[in-house]
Amino acid sequence: MQMKRQRSILESSVNPFDILSEEIVFIILDYLEGNPLDAKSFSLVCRSFYTIESCHRKILKPLRSEHLGKVLKRYSFVSNIDLSLCPRITDTSLNVISYHGKEMLSSINLSRSMDFTHLGLSNLVMNCRNLVEIDLSNATGLKDLAAAAIAEAKNLERLLLVRCKSITDIGVGCIAVGCKKLKVLSLKWCLGVGDLGVGIVAVKCKDLRCLDLSFLQITNKCLPQILELEHLEDLVLEGCFGLDDEILAEHKQFKSLEKLDVSSCQNVSHVGLFSLASAAPCLRQLIVSYVSCVDITLTDRLRKFSMLQSVKFDGCEVTCSVLKSIGNWCASLRELSLSKCVGVMDEGLSFLVNKHKDLRKLDLTCCRKITRVSLSHIMSSCTSLTSLKMESCTLVSADAFVLMGQQCPYLEELDLTDNEIDDEGLKSISRCSHLASLKLGICLNITDEGLIHVGKGCSKLRELDLYRSAGLTDSGVLAVSRGCPELEIVNMAYCELITDRSLMSLSKCSKLHTLEIRGCTLITSSGLAAIAEGCRQLAKLDVKKCPNIDDSGMLPYARLSQNLKQVNLSYTSVTDMGLLSLACISCLQSLTVLHVEGLTPTGIAAALLACGGLTKVKLHTSFKSLLPQRLFEHLEARGYSFQWRDKVFEVELDPKCWKLQFDDME
Amino acid sequence: MDHEKRMHADKWTEPSSSRDTHIPTNNQSFSNFDPAQQKWEESSLLDYGMRIDSRNSFACDTDNQNQTSDPLGNNTGNATEPINIQEWDPRTMLNNLCFLEKKIHQLQDLIHSFVGRKGQSSGRPDELLVQQQQLVTVDLTSIIVQLISTAGSLLPSLNHNLSSVNPINQLGHFSSVANPSNGAPRNIFPKNTNLNKVEDHSNLIDTTGLCGTELSNMEDQENKSDDDAEEGENLPPGSYEILQLEKEEILAPHTHFCTICGKGFKRDANLRMHMRGHGDEYKTPAALAKPSKESTSEQILVKRYSCPYIGCKRNRDHKKFEPLKTILCVKNHYKRTHCDKTYTCSRCNAKKFSVLADLKTHEKHCGRDKWLCSCGTTFSRKDKLFGHIALFQGHTPAIPVEDSKGLSTPANEGQGNEATSKVEQINFDNQLNARTPVSFQNLVDVKGLAGEDLANFFSPFETNGISGFHEFPRPPFEDSESSFSFLLSDYTQKNG
Repeated sequence: MQMKRQRSILESSVNPFDILSEEIVFIILDYLEGNPLDAKSFSLVCRSFYTIESCHRKILKPLRSEHLGKVLKRYSFVSNIDLSLCPRITDTSLNVISYHGKEMLSSINLSRSMDFTHLGLSNLVMNCRNLVEIDLSNATGLKDLAAAAIAEAKNLERLLLVRCKSITDIGVGCIAVGCKKLKVLSLKWCLGVGDLGVGIVAVKCKDLRCLDLSFLQITNKCLPQILELEHLEDLVLEGCFGLDDEILAEHKQFKSLEKLDVSSCQNVSHVGLFSLASAAPCLRQLIVSYVSCVDITLTDRLRKFSMLQSVKFDGCEVTCSVLKSIGNWCASLRELSLSKCVGVMDEGLSFLVNKHKDLRKLDLTCCRKITRVSLSHIMSSCTSLTSLKMESCTLVSADAFVLMGQQCPYLEELDLTDNEIDDEGLKSISRCSHLASLKLGICLNITDEGLIHVGKGCSKLRELDLYRSAGLTDSGVLAVSRGCPELEIVNMAYCELITDRSLMSLSKCSKLHTLEIRGCTLITSSGLAAIAEGCRQLAKLDVKKCPNIDDSGMLPYARLSQNLKQVNLSYTSVTDMGLLSLACISCLQSLTVLHVEGLTPTGIAAALLACGGLTKVKLHTSFKSLLPQRLFEHLEARGYSFQWRDKVFEVELDPKCWKLQFDDME
Repeated sequence: MDHEKRMHADKWTEPSSSRDTHIPTNNQSFSNFDPAQQKWEESSLLDYGMRIDSRNSFACDTDNQNQTSDPLGNNTGNATEPINIQEWDPRTMLNNLCFLEKKIHQLQDLIHSFVGRKGQSSGRPDELLVQQQQLVTVDLTSIIVQLISTAGSLLPSLNHNLSSVNPINQLGHFSSVANPSNGAPRNIFPKNTNLNKVEDHSNLIDTTGLCGTELSNMEDQENKSDDDAEEGENLPPGSYEILQLEKEEILAPHTHFCTICGKGFKRDANLRMHMRGHGDEYKTPAALAKPSKESTSEQILVKRYSCPYIGCKRNRDHKKFEPLKTILCVKNHYKRTHCDKTYTCSRCNAKKFSVLADLKTHEKHCGRDKWLCSCGTTFSRKDKLFGHIALFQGHTPAIPVEDSKGLSTPANEGQGNEATSKVEQINFDNQLNARTPVSFQNLVDVKGLAGEDLANFFSPFETNGISGFHEFPRPPFEDSESSFSFLLSDYTQKNG
């Protein structure tokens, strides 16, 4: 009785929030988009906020398809639906969406969903007339009938059909005829599509801007039609083995093209590549990774392309003269990738970087032969560098890094995995105040001292990788977690000296969403519990080979975590109870439990049944025979996919010894 | 269509290619058209082909003979190589003529030298004379053979190009040229052993000449759609003679009848070939030549045909009259345009034709036209379909029926039981979810029910486990929405 009266008083009294106009609340809501939980709390303030929040939401990314009807009823202005977290979307779900979505819906992502057919698609397309974007990637079961259904979406502008292997030329023909407004089309891995399908797309969809034809079995025949497309800006021909040097018989101007990707086209030599490129004088980005044709002839011919900004030669064999020839290009490159290029030496690279002073991004991953000479030229010449990747450049000596922070102050991304850098280098790098991503994996020369410098200087750090940097202890991590509150991704795998103290301090980084502490044997459940308390955003947790982690580490997650998606509990001391507690995390999708002694078949079965949204489960093969087949059938019908492993129990190696072994292997 | 009958017809046609056997007309099952006749038409084509081949082989024979009979054995081999009639090349002809010229000059020089030596040496004149005679004979033979073979191969090609000129005139002209050359060696060398061979060749020329004339006929036959395809022809009115066959004439199975036995033929040429069997008097070139043309004057009017159907564009009374080229065109045109389509395709039971050959052409492709356009047009080739679609606005590829059948039952990929059980369970789940917001216990219960066989397996869990779950308090706002992650797309992308 009293409750009722109270409520009526509350309702009669003027709600202070009502003073705010809807527009102002909308603007406030715009600021809340960073964190989904904020929007939720906001909607629970009062009725009017609830309704306003319902009207404000445009994007929906549900975890389950079961409640779609209710949710769509509440959020009637949603225009984008992302179903990539729902493993099973049936025709019924699509019917619900099409019933509620109607004219509002403009974009739908079905890239991870199975089980729907052309009937559901047809219904969706018929009801949602304003659909502009459909992502049907990985729908390997869809056939031409589904394509014919999509063809009814007359306003469609973006269509992704990656790995739709059963769609043939006929289906693509239907789409080409029906969806005349298409601007972006990806047919990557659509193995059933050939020249005819691509040709008809080029004939019918004159507005195409981006066309991805990677790994299609097309030949030169369809290229003339593609070259007729007036607005095409981005053409991806990766791995089209059917293309060869006869690419262009007659030279045609292809003025709109800005990006060309011919990676892994093994049968195209520099002749064909050049003839294609020369048709596109406004080319800005050229990707010629993993081809055999990068030689001096090609690079000399590309000299005149003044618009070129970004070039990728990943995995090609480049010589000193090629690098020098790139150095003589008219264009001033912004981005250059020589990742895994064989033959990159100091002489050529130094010449190149001295000419291209405007370089923003440079990828030298696995250019193993460069030394401090190259690095000093890079640092002195390319002062506006924002991204430098030089994993496994082991010949660059430690003292080469000393001037890095001084000369390249704008660095945002730095990959020094497997390098000789030491604390002095880190001290210098700490001057890069914009640094957001720092990878120091397998840097055996660094200690806490260096990391303390990083913690002091790089306050914007979001990603830190300390994989197997065995010299680090708690004090380094402490400094970093204190100085870098923005940290989102931390990898401290196999830093064996790390204890719970590190995790306690990391728990202050509230944005942390990925944590990997494999092989940190000193870490216990209490540290993990601290993370659960502090980092509510945590989505990925990998505690493999932490034997001191048990059920008590899991319980806080069951209680607090609303974002945990991926957990690896292999080689831990978790038992059935811990696993079952995790099972009540509604958003959990991926679970790996190998070599967990405390788990019984019954416990695993119970946990699997209790989990609502698991899609990927990695288990030891022995459980396959211990659990009934019907259970797996049932779970697979719910969208689980099982991966069976029968690796033997691994004994961890000494970190230093591991490094030596790694070197021997090369 | 009676397949067995057709089989028979096929069998008959095979022996018919050996000249004089003719198909007995047997019209039991076909009202006004006999497939056997159609076959005959085709077989006659075959016949010509055979004959052309035999002519070629003859030519080869002459070649061999020349090489064996020619003791010098030099150039003659090249010069008499068989020349393909279809490819008439003025250059080869010129080559041949040059060669002849050279040979004649050589012979002249030779005889001149004999004349010169006669005065000088008188010893053993007989022996020398024999030697000289032999030499001259050899040279002359080579020249004659060359002349004949060249003429024989050139004549039909000339014919082919100048179809308005009566070929038999040429033939006659040639024979008048050839005869004196035949005669010449006979006069000079009465004991010429090669003479018979030469006569054989002249016979050969006759037959090849005939082939040539018939070949031009054959081309007309081959062009089945003649009545539509001759649009380009622009003969001025009056420059040709218009013939109009009556309807009965057009539809009559035969137009040429043997005066001796009464057998009917569709072609005069076939009749003439038939007549040879009735006696030697029909084997002369004159009898084998086209009889009608012999009597005509030099100025021959080109013949064109008119369709008897009044109001038809092909009828001569039509304002924009367009004549038909041959009788075959008339027949095909009349049947296609003005007759019922009596032949139905036995495979699709949809397409009908009035010309049997059209049906046969269709049957070759029927069922294989799997490429279908939304407009209903079928194509035997995928690229043709796509060309069609690229050309027309709004046309789109149609998906074959089998394909759609396969898809109408979802989740068909799994094997039998497994798939169906899956579907059932999914439906079950869906129904449940639609009705009630799923609470945790419900879920567990339902899942337990769904896997009935598991009941035993989970008995310890269900009794103890459920109460165990209550130990973990759930978050206060765990309503139905909380199971959705309200994540911004970019946020999850980073995660994902």
